[in-house]
Amino acid sequence: MAYVTKSPWVIHYDGSSCNGCDIEVLACLTPMYDVERFGIINTGNPKHADVFLVTGSVNEQNIPVIKQIYEQMPEPKVVVAVGICATSGGVFKDCYNTMGGIDTVIPVDVYVPGCAARPEAIIDGVVKGLGVLGEKKAGNYKAAVVQADEEEVEVQSFGETTDDTAVATDKEEV
Amino acid sequence: MEFNITPVMIVSALAYLVLGPVVGCLIAGIDRKITARMQGRFGPPILQPFYDVRKLLEKEPVTVNNGQDFFVMAMLIFMIITGCLFFIGENLLLVIFTLTTAAIFLVLAAYSSNSPYSQLGAERELLQMMAYEPAVLLIAVGLYMVKGSFNVSDIISGGPIAVLPLLGIFISYIFVLTMKLRKSPFDLSMSHHPHQELVKGVTTEISGRSLAAIEVSHWYENVFLLGFIFLFFANGSILWGVIGIVAILLLYFLEILIDNGYARVKWQLAFKWCWKITLICSGVNVIVLYFLKMYNLV
Ligand code: SF4
Repeated sequence: MAYVTKSPWVIHYDGSSCNGCDIEVLACLTPMYDVERFGIINTGNPKHADVFLVTGSVNEQNIPVIKQIYEQMPEPKVVVAVGICATSGGVFKDCYNTMGGIDTVIPVDVYVPGCAARPEAIIDGVVKGLGVLGEKKAGNYKAAVVQADEEEVEVQSFGETTDDTAVATDKEEV
Repeated sequence: MEFNITPVMIVSALAYLVLGPVVGCLIAGIDRKITARMQGRFGPPILQPFYDVRKLLEKEPVTVNNGQDFFVMAMLIFMIITGCLFFIGENLLLVIFTLTTAAIFLVLAAYSSNSPYSQLGAERELLQMMAYEPAVLLIAVGLYMVKGSFNVSDIISGGPIAVLPLLGIFISYIFVLTMKLRKSPFDLSMSHHPHQELVKGVTTEISGRSLAAIEVSHWYENVFLLGFIFLFFANGSILWGVIGIVAILLLYFLEILIDNGYARVKWQLAFKWCWKITLICSGVNVIVLYFLKMYNLV
């Protein structure tokens, strides 16, 4: 059994979120939802994290930040896009400075829709992400890395969210 | 100091090697559970610290430089040596200095990377050591004055109960314990509630196996630090042995309570409080003890 599914440490990054989703992410830590009962800890440190929670869409300025956080996280890792902004760009999709969802920059494993995503949905998303983590640990580790590289090439064509989403969804099924 | 290795010593050292991390892990798990309950949460499973460490061992090894891994391993080894020396009943001063060496290796591990967070953590760790080291030495001096020996085996096997004549020193040990256990308000160098001004302090740049080694060495350290409390109660009798263990449990609960009741202080404040309280309590204690001894009252 992969122990990584029993102790997922999370790093939360706010892309260009309206803070609605961020508040919901933090609400998961409160006594009401208490994600620590699943061993989930909100670390502020990519080097300790297993799950990358991103809220809000990607804009020109935070592309390097998101990439850097992603690259600093040791394998196995999963990316959970929280909220419709992180999934596809949401209401900000057509803004001049918005690239779209997180999957335009890094491979996303789980999409949590909602505006704002409810804490229950976020917890559900992280738990789904744990399944992916377990699979990555079990042997699809290499495949995931290769696909991440492919994705890196596709990053050049920003905005084609549908294509990128397809790639990421494929990966989820691997 | 003669160093005769007896079978009892080997058994105690092996027991500490094997049981140390088991007990330490359970203590850490129970700590997290009680903390969660104090905050009105359900809390993680008792074995959560074990899952965390197993997970860290499974992670991809990422190190910023070769030196770091070496320093972390040295810290773990010196921590184990400290505990072994303590539990086989060796000289208390030796134990204290090996403990300091272990702490220094952690600081070196943090300094070996250029991350501002771990550098800041390392600085604070050094300041903290400066704050509590005099008190730790006075604790050893006090125990010597009451028991007439620096050897742990002599201290626990006979003589008067140390906690009454050493009340001031005992209070300063509780203070030092809060710092050494890295409990709030003194979790300056390695915040165990992350996501704050210093990220994870000294461990910010340390991940995977090395972080697991640090966790395990904390388990060893906590067992040793809690075992130290026993010295204040032991006189060789079973009754006081039981009282000592109850005292350890009560004190640890007190530490959890303090942890949850206080926000982190600045290092200046931690430094001042530590020197004032520990040096006044143990200094006065040692002086009073000295005069009492002079007139043969103890
Ligand atoms: S999905 Fe809604 S709540 Fe979340 S960041 Fe976007 S606009 Fe805000």
